[in-house]
Amino acid sequence: MENRNTKRYIYPALVFGLLFLIWMVFSGLFDPFHLSLGLISCGLVTWMSSDLLFEHRDVPLRNRLRQAIRFLSYAGWLLWQVVLANIHLIKLAFGPKEALHPQFVRYETSLKNDFEKYLLANSITLTPGTVTTKILGNTFYIHAIDDIASAGLDGEMERRIAWIFSGWKNEPEEKAEI
Amino acid sequence: MIVTIISVIFILLGLLFFLGAAVGLIRFPDFYTRTHAAGKGDTLSSLLVILGFAVYQLKDFHGFSHDWPILLVILKLLAVSLFIFLTSPSSTHALMDAGWEDKVEPEIGKGRPNHLNDDCGKF
Repeated sequence: MENRNTKRYIYPALVFGLLFLIWMVFSGLFDPFHLSLGLISCGLVTWMSSDLLFEHRDVPLRNRLRQAIRFLSYAGWLLWQVVLANIHLIKLAFGPKEALHPQFVRYETSLKNDFEKYLLANSITLTPGTVTTKILGNTFYIHAIDDIASAGLDGEMERRIAWIFSGWKNEPEEKAEI
Repeated sequence: MIVTIISVIFILLGLLFFLGAAVGLIRFPDFYTRTHAAGKGDTLSSLLVILGFAVYQLKDFHGFSHDWPILLVILKLLAVSLFIFLTSPSSTHALMDAGWEDKVEPEIGKGRPNHLNDDCGKF
């Protein structure tokens, strides 16, 4: 019972910790007056809206940590892709107009979760040369500026996003009911 | 001195990408391709410029015990670029979608697909 009770407070404590960390970085003042202001406002925000930040509260913190590390490695890979695509776009901007072949591409995704889809759409748009124009169900409609940009939509990004979230719930769904 | 040179290199690289975005904005043929240049030329370039600012802050950094506020400034600068990376794709997507909903005719390359037209109807 006590274990359950402490578990209930893990996520609000995490939210409070993150908020307070951001408060300290942004304020930069560490005298008692400003710190207590931060404590009060972070506590208030946590009390009112801590359930906005993490949706699945039954996921152990260990899995969250692994997810965060995987996300950071994905962010590094994405940044490198952004650099490569930006260099390509600069060449297009200064090159001949005939090199452009704008097109709307259809892309089917197997990602289920809303957040995963958001991450994929945002990553596609972040990479220069491709913009997600419409999302209807599992179908993405992507405007690509030329053939090289549309060839980049080969599913590697989706594989990496699926890898971030794979195995984030330790136990299978049926087991949780027992 | 070397810190200043590195930061200037970062800022100049960022400006180069900004220039590419501006040139693309003028030269690209239609609304959608111009949105490409306008909306996304500034993700990497603003990151580079902000990195340049962050490196420049290190100029006065001599020791952690006395100069730690500089690290806070750098964290704030990086937070700015994080917000740009979160919001810029969303606004580009919104602009693109609004253009399509508002019946802006796209210019499609020769022989390239236009699935959006196939599936969402010709306006």
